[in-house]
Amino acid sequence: MSSYKKPLPRIDEESRGYWEALVRHELYFQRCRDCGTKRLPPRAVCPTCLSSRTEWVRASGRGTVYSFTVTHQNQAPGFRETLPYVLAIVELEEGLRLMTNIVGCGPDAVRVGLPVAVQYEDVTPEVTLPLFRPVS
Amino acid sequence: MSVWGKVAVAGVYEHPTRYAPDKTAFQIHVESARGALEDAGLTIKDVDGFFTSGVGPIGIMSLAQHMNLRPGYLDTQDIGGSSFVSHCLHATAAIEAGLCSVALVTYGSTAASERFAIGTGGGFMMSPADNFEAPFGPTIVGSYALVAQRHMHEYGTTSAQLAEIAVTMRRHAMLNPHAKYRDPITVEDVLASRIISSPLHLLDCCMISDGGGALVLVSAARARDLPKRAAFILGASEAVRHHGIGDRDLLDVAARQSGPVALGRAGVKHADVDLCMIYDSYTITVLATLEGLGFCKPGEGGAFCSDGRLALGGALPTNTDGGGLSSNHPGMRGIFLVIEAVKQLRGERGAAQVKECEIALVHGTGGMLGQRHSGVTMILGRA
Repeated sequence: MSSYKKPLPRIDEESRGYWEALVRHELYFQRCRDCGTKRLPPRAVCPTCLSSRTEWVRASGRGTVYSFTVTHQNQAPGFRETLPYVLAIVELEEGLRLMTNIVGCGPDAVRVGLPVAVQYEDVTPEVTLPLFRPVS
Repeated sequence: MSVWGKVAVAGVYEHPTRYAPDKTAFQIHVESARGALEDAGLTIKDVDGFFTSGVGPIGIMSLAQHMNLRPGYLDTQDIGGSSFVSHCLHATAAIEAGLCSVALVTYGSTAASERFAIGTGGGFMMSPADNFEAPFGPTIVGSYALVAQRHMHEYGTTSAQLAEIAVTMRRHAMLNPHAKYRDPITVEDVLASRIISSPLHLLDCCMISDGGGALVLVSAARARDLPKRAAFILGASEAVRHHGIGDRDLLDVAARQSGPVALGRAGVKHADVDLCMIYDSYTITVLATLEGLGFCKPGEGGAFCSDGRLALGGALPTNTDGGGLSSNHPGMRGIFLVIEAVKQLRGERGAAQVKECEIALVHGTGGMLGQRHSGVTMILGRA
């Protein structure tokens, strides 16, 4: 595990449920039990109505590429060894957008609107990242 | 009880250095302060309000010590490169409220001589939101590139249209003896430069230089008694954009909020603007900002920026100093936008002078356009 050089998320009280689900290879978002507004990234209080009553909802793991960039230069450890890589924002079927990487295809195959599905990447015992790959 | 038109930028100074391994960042702050106070016809003893940014947590106290200042009003706005435009907004309120009378704004950086890879470092972990982004490697260039890619998808904007912006900035830099890059470039040169983060090429990106600058703001009444012509703050507004609850429209930039408010406060219409100073961290920043400000409709930015309109002599001269793309970019460019606008309004720019320049619009962008960014719009006028 010491070979993993990219930044790892700091898991805190507001995000623990999100990261623990990913370790089980499940992608969850939050929904307010009072006003029903969905949200990502996770946080304790609904910014729409300030309610603390929150439920976790499992996402289908499917979505489309909302935008992307093929990164050819990044001096940071862990990234400089894997250039070029695709940084993307994926819009989930449930409407929420999140930052990720597109894997499983050449960078040239990525387009805005490309249908993708989550691919769980176990990087440490505590951290699994939700990456996405193209699906037909 | 409007504050607009009642406060002025009375002194400005842009440090001429672009590479200063022989100087410290604080030294550039102080040398710039000296220049701006001299320009205003005031002394350091007159300063009772102090504004800076980019000096780190509680760094303003260390800088105050360096300058032996004991101001009664302090502001370390920390919203990225736009912070210095924001300082002008805050100083307007502070001076008009009587909280200070001579506001000094300073900036200094040795980013280039420290070889700080601002745009292509990565993996910043500074705030809770970074936990959901930094693991995937967003560079600063990449963050702006996400906006460019989405704009191209929605509106068919082309790399050649973005390149026109870089070419125009370079033409302006050729008239600026202090500019770092002064050799002419073409659209083909921009498109042939290597991709840093698609669709942005090397020449779509601002440089990393050393540098700094300073501003002195006073009440309009006091400014009229000072030796040089002042630039009056007619209106200003600031805004932020972020991913919110996961519903961010990448093309909804902060300028869309701050622009109309600032113009409204100034009572100025788009057609009244003689000069735009738009933070050009990347070519896409200029396009997205001009659209956001309402100079053209959403999606029309590509055509708007690519027919000579932004060049000196065009309908909307923009970044007449050469911008961050060609003149200087020590990491936080906002202060230079204000300095150039004031010089233009005074008629001090010689070969790069905009004819009959009476109204200037300044817009600073700070942070990462595709993640969290700030936008501050300010309207400056000659009278």
